[in-house]
Amino acid sequence: MNALLRAAGLLLRPWTWIMAWRDSRRSRRRLLLYGASIVLGVAALTAIALAGRQMEDTVREQSRSLLGADLVVSTRDSRLTEQQEAFLNSLGGEQAREVQFASMVYFLKNDGTRLVQVRALEGDFPFYGELETAPADAVAKLRSGEGALVEGHLMELYEARVGDLIKVGDITLPIAGVLTRVPGETMSFGTLAPRVYVPLKKVLGTRLLQEGSLARYKVYFKLPARVDAEEFADARRSEFRALQLRYDSAEERQRELGQALDNMMRFLNLIGFVALLLGGVGVASGVHVHMKQKLGTIAILRCLGCSVGQSFAIYFAQAMALGLMGAVAGAALGVAVQFALPSVLADFLPFPLEAAVSWSGIWRGIWIGFLICLLFAILPLLPIRRISPLAAIRTAFSREASPARDPLVWLVYAVILGGLLVFGILQSREWRHGVGYALGIAGAFFLLALVAWVVSRVARWIVSARWPFVLRQGLSNLYRPNNRTLLLMVSLGMGTFLVLTLYLVQLNLLGELLRPKDEFEGNAVLFDIQTDQREGVLAVLQSNQLPVIDDVPMISMRLHSLKGRTVEEIRNDPHNRIRGWALGREYRSTSRPALSRTEKLVAGEWHPPARNPDDPIPISAEVGIAETLHLGIGDELVFDVQGVPVPARIASLREVDWRRLSPNFFFVFPPGSLEGAPAMHMVVTRVESSEQSARLQRDVVRLFPNVSAADLTLVLQTIESVLDKVSFVVRFMALFTVGTGLLVLGGTIVSGRYQRLQESILLRTLGATRRQVLQILTAEYLLLGVLAATTGIVFALGANWALAKFVFDVKPGFYPAPLMVAVGAVAALTLVFGLFGNRSILKRPPLEVLRAEG
Amino acid sequence: MAGPILEVRNLTRVYSTGSEKLTVLKDVSFDLEAGATCSIVGPSGSGKTTLLGLCAGLDLPTSGVVRIMGKELGGMSEDERARIRNAVVGFVFQNFQLMPTLTALENVMVPLELQGDRRAAARGRELLAQVGLSDRMGHYPAQLSGGEQQRVAIARAFVNQPKILFADEPTGNLDAETAESVVEALFNLNASFGTALVLVTHNLELAQRTQRILRLARGILIAAEEGRAARQGAAGS
Repeated sequence: MNALLRAAGLLLRPWTWIMAWRDSRRSRRRLLLYGASIVLGVAALTAIALAGRQMEDTVREQSRSLLGADLVVSTRDSRLTEQQEAFLNSLGGEQAREVQFASMVYFLKNDGTRLVQVRALEGDFPFYGELETAPADAVAKLRSGEGALVEGHLMELYEARVGDLIKVGDITLPIAGVLTRVPGETMSFGTLAPRVYVPLKKVLGTRLLQEGSLARYKVYFKLPARVDAEEFADARRSEFRALQLRYDSAEERQRELGQALDNMMRFLNLIGFVALLLGGVGVASGVHVHMKQKLGTIAILRCLGCSVGQSFAIYFAQAMALGLMGAVAGAALGVAVQFALPSVLADFLPFPLEAAVSWSGIWRGIWIGFLICLLFAILPLLPIRRISPLAAIRTAFSREASPARDPLVWLVYAVILGGLLVFGILQSREWRHGVGYALGIAGAFFLLALVAWVVSRVARWIVSARWPFVLRQGLSNLYRPNNRTLLLMVSLGMGTFLVLTLYLVQLNLLGELLRPKDEFEGNAVLFDIQTDQREGVLAVLQSNQLPVIDDVPMISMRLHSLKGRTVEEIRNDPHNRIRGWALGREYRSTSRPALSRTEKLVAGEWHPPARNPDDPIPISAEVGIAETLHLGIGDELVFDVQGVPVPARIASLREVDWRRLSPNFFFVFPPGSLEGAPAMHMVVTRVESSEQSARLQRDVVRLFPNVSAADLTLVLQTIESVLDKVSFVVRFMALFTVGTGLLVLGGTIVSGRYQRLQESILLRTLGATRRQVLQILTAEYLLLGVLAATTGIVFALGANWALAKFVFDVKPGFYPAPLMVAVGAVAALTLVFGLFGNRSILKRPPLEVLRAEG
Repeated sequence: MAGPILEVRNLTRVYSTGSEKLTVLKDVSFDLEAGATCSIVGPSGSGKTTLLGLCAGLDLPTSGVVRIMGKELGGMSEDERARIRNAVVGFVFQNFQLMPTLTALENVMVPLELQGDRRAAARGRELLAQVGLSDRMGHYPAQLSGGEQQRVAIARAFVNQPKILFADEPTGNLDAETAESVVEALFNLNASFGTALVLVTHNLELAQRTQRILRLARGILIAAEEGRAARQGAAGS
């Protein structure tokens, strides 16, 4: 330890740096290659830091245009009550109204129909920022009631042009323009739910907005400049709550968005950091080989009177220089990558992001890279302390103690793990996730190292003298001194593990969504069917020869009281532990005689007969919502069904598989118990082709314009395209890890070449043909590639299983194709790199190689 | 006159290999006066190089004492011994042991640079000129012949004007003609700087050029005799 402290002081002596420079003369290119291991990791972290800073600035600068208003008040209904209207009018300020609901849009030109999110707008929203359209005057036409705005990709899909007619419900409008950007909304949002803006006055009074329609009414406010929107709304919180109105201010939105973006950048940082760690392993292995070659020089220096600290300082200075160069090059590359990030993230950002350079982000990248490089480089430098000057007169002399017995080695490992923990916790915010991340990464490194150890042991054990010479040599290289088993297993295994895990998780999520559950599963849903339209819709299905898989009524209701206490009383109770959303939300319930195929009774009795007509209605509650509302069997509650109190009692609890396409509900009433209540109906069917689906939608929309149809196949395709975009971002970051893996592989092979040089030349001198040397190298690299890839695959399968089970709650699938591709690709890459790195040994005469390399 | 430059008392070195103990040097004692020359001879495995390493403070004895200029090396830390080597000891090795990435001049400068001596370059040039390598100063070891490399090593060994120089088979890797020129350089510098010289060699002819010959066999000092140089010196006087 004292030697290290003295070495720190000796770094201030110019001679240390002069000697480091002189000593590096014949290994500078190799040192640069080792330093390059951290370039991509630093680049990733720098680019993320710069983009994150830029996002923060943008969110701050554009906070009001992210909402388009100072304040937004909303309710989950298609209209305002008189009290709500009166209250909102009393608030003053400039106001704009919008009703959002799902409906079918019908393109008259080519009979195309599609479920969209309709936004019926009135007023000058957005007050800040702009609805971007092509042509630009289309917004004015929307406001004056002359036309609609349609999402760009929807226009492309139906080959629609500005001026074409569309039908939404009962209204027919020309397309005034193409919608390109809505303030505060991401482009991927538009992919999930294509937006169509129509004038509000055209929609009011049509059948599109009936009692119980799935709609959201929004009122946008522009308040006088001196008014703080958040304070303004908070001062009226109790009125908002009493009138069941939600509000959202620009400040709140800024915080939420900032938090969401922060989370995204932290997640990307965690991925990027793995590249840096892998780079650190590359640096450690490179420096390790470098130090082995410098053993003689250090012994001579010690003979000449160089102290332990001085000799350590010389090589530490080299490590500092290579770390600094790697970190600076990485930061420069990070600045360049940052210019690519806005387009990679464009679909996920509610604002256009411009690349910008901030020195603090660059410094951060350089510092983290530099420190990681030094930490990993110090491990192979520590044995310098134990190099005896006696090695100068006795080349075979070696008094190197096992690194495991050196307390400083353990101290460095502890610092690395501690740094990893701190980084993980800081980046994930949740300490358990951070610890999990750090231990997961450290565990993966450890396990890969363990597998490498086992592989070399097994290789030593199985190699037999009866084997062919080249195979014996190739396999023996896995355990002989200076073998590359550990390094290649760790770097290639880690790269394979990370990339494949990301890919398998994506496949799993998609597979879960796309997997057919049973032959009776529906894949098309018709909803917002009014009671008097139900028979007609069923007739359309019959005429199209489509089955009715589900046909259920939906009745909107809110909670009035729970166990004798009104919702208001519960809310005002300081000891209340029931979440506000569960108390205030609108529940869409149904009535039916039996459990559906997606439900399982877990407690109580299914629809027991009521003893007296005046008794509360015995209902069934979903387990999760019962827990949230602190309700159990026998508990009573009162629903407010459009102004009418309906007492009920929990008679049973059900488990519901929400992932299945089936009309699922929190509360199920017995048949007949809700007769008279205004209901909307939902019908589920199964279509066998996209043509059949299009025909059904067209027929339904023509006869019942307010009825909406969703084709699950289309929805899944949409989800797939969004997941594709998400995975593209993740893969983009994973590329840095893969790139680092390749750099480390390159560095390893170059350093390994120096280790193998003497042996290969000796073999050539003893008469081995080029072909034999080539076969030996092929056997070694192929085996290492296959073993590393296989280990990475096993880890990826384990991680995928754990993520599927504990995080995503899906069944892990088995996908052999990508696994085989991974083994093939990693083995081929290792072989190509290995043979390319050793080409001089193969092509040139032994003596020439010795002179060039010696 | 001051005491001997090198005092060796009851030096024993035992190596442990697992459960076995191997005694490579046993109870060796001798002194060397300032400016004197001495050679250690003996068959392979007799402990010559071990004795040299212990005398130079490159290794520590299992028992016994080594003093250089009256300072006992056994009680010093590794860095203290390094300081002693840097200040008063010079080395010449059988395989030259030049640093391959340093030029001839830079190799020679290292001992003085370690002391922070600003005249390192000037002294280095001077020494290289003395061994006849003025025109090879910027060459790397790989660009020099074996004899030239050994002369660079000799220049390096004398650059800090050591009180004692240890040479381990300095001609072992050289042909006879080159060896002769190297030996000449070694003895000339030894004479001009007044440095004591300890030579380990198989070459009895070379050993005879020193004043004293120590014969080792199986780690034991079996004879200490005068060399031809001593006899000639005595006859001359």
